[in-house]
Amino acid sequence: MQPIITITNLSKTYASGFQALKHVNLEIRRGEIFALLGPNGAGKTTLISTICGIINPSEGRVLVDGHDIATDYRAARAMIGLVPQELTTDAFETVWATVSFSRGLFGKRKNPAHIEKVLRALSLWDKKDNKLITLSGGMKRRVLIAKALSHEPTVLFLDEPTAGVDVELRRDMWQLVRSLQDSGVTIILTTHYIEEAEEMADRIGVIRRGEIILVEDKAELVRKLGKKQLTLQLDAPLERLPTELAGYQLDLSGDGTELTYTYDTQGERAGIIALLQDLNRSGIRFKDLQTTQSSLEDIFVSLVREKK
Amino acid sequence: MNIHAINAIYRFEMARTGRTLMQSIVSPVISTSLYFIVFGAAIGSRIPQSHGISYGAFIVPGLIMLSLLTQSIANASFGIYFPRFTGTIYELLSAPVSYLEIVISYVGAAATKSIILGLIILATAGLFVPLQVVHPLWMMLFLVLTAVTFSLFGFIIGIWADNFEKLQVIPLLIITPLTFLGGSFYSIDILPPFWRTVALFNPVVYLISGFRWSFYGLADVHVGVSLGMTVVFLALFMAIVAWIFKTGYRLKA
Repeated sequence: MQPIITITNLSKTYASGFQALKHVNLEIRRGEIFALLGPNGAGKTTLISTICGIINPSEGRVLVDGHDIATDYRAARAMIGLVPQELTTDAFETVWATVSFSRGLFGKRKNPAHIEKVLRALSLWDKKDNKLITLSGGMKRRVLIAKALSHEPTVLFLDEPTAGVDVELRRDMWQLVRSLQDSGVTIILTTHYIEEAEEMADRIGVIRRGEIILVEDKAELVRKLGKKQLTLQLDAPLERLPTELAGYQLDLSGDGTELTYTYDTQGERAGIIALLQDLNRSGIRFKDLQTTQSSLEDIFVSLVREKK
Repeated sequence: MNIHAINAIYRFEMARTGRTLMQSIVSPVISTSLYFIVFGAAIGSRIPQSHGISYGAFIVPGLIMLSLLTQSIANASFGIYFPRFTGTIYELLSAPVSYLEIVISYVGAAATKSIILGLIILATAGLFVPLQVVHPLWMMLFLVLTAVTFSLFGFIIGIWADNFEKLQVIPLLIITPLTFLGGSFYSIDILPPFWRTVALFNPVVYLISGFRWSFYGLADVHVGVSLGMTVVFLALFMAIVAWIFKTGYRLKA
């Protein structure tokens, strides 16, 4: 299937000389949730802003459903909804007015029923006549999402959607994002919360210093880069590791009661059976065992650190 | 043409006027009324009539121009500066609207407001002095052209300004003095020849002269020259706006 967004060789150098994007190539699949991860200043917002038309690219090309963002910007932009990172709203408008305004701005005929649906979905209906200045930060965030959804976009960009948002609202938002995906909307989100990417995304891209250093299916990423650990609670403490076990990557805890074996899930042979047999042969008994897999966060941290 | 977008922005801007009725309409009307009382009734009664027109009536076109220029600039500059200041401009830049549509809606709204204001001041003036409008169509033409031209100028200032002070500085330091010296309160014919020549370098002279001609058939310069100069300003500001959007100046990084 043709990707919904195709980014080719996209670079952005600001007037200050700072190169925020370096030859980015990326394809976003139709209907997926794509999470863009990266440390502060990595270029996440620059990338989104360029696709949405807020920043002029220095070179490269972006197609949204086949429409070039430069030469066919009307068709491209009409498909996109953007929720910016900053809580930028008007002050004296009502919720209803500002959301209706967005719909008109994106060239759509008035449709109060749709606006009502969006406001209800975001728990904003009872606030529709409130002025924006009277709303809390979380409510303003909802309003920004409502504005982005007002014109029925097929691609939704969420730039740090849950920054500074309480747990309940975050759960609400995740649910909303899933229901949008079910209705066929492609979602691209940037986030600092790895937990969020892990929970939501189908695919994950990591950006660092303006370069996309990795794009992978989430499950694949976890499988590929994930390390597993097998921890054994020993029956009797060991003073040191027997020499016949030196071939395994083993760590003995300080008190000698716990043995940790680290292995790669991708390895041809995890070697667990051999290890257990060798333990048995050495007369080491254990009373319990558990395995743990590294989280996306561990992977992300190691990835960003590794490539420094 | 994204008609829905033009409509949305235009209504949004007009709604802002509705919310700020006091400062948008009431305060310019009050300040203009004060001019009529002081210059028209109090001092004006001691100034002899020229060409059969009382001094109070003579200053009406100039006073309307004064409000029209300052309010067009203020409306349009604030309209585009405020979204830049709050950051809500992101939505405008990411919307499927062309530059022409943005200009039409913002400048259109600002010009509408100042035309309404000009007509209100005209009606207010009618309460103080006997008014006549010899060429009503020309009067409307100058009113609309000037409102649009200076709303465009305001739009440019709103994009150029990066703080609230800069927003005020051009209307205060340039437009108001030029209007006062541009024949709002006198005909430049009464100036000594040297200063009359200097005055002809003041663009506002042409605006006021043409506008006054449409009222009383009296002008400092030929009405064709006034119209020509107004169109030149319009073209100049349009060219600057086109350049702004072409380069993304102060709008896009």
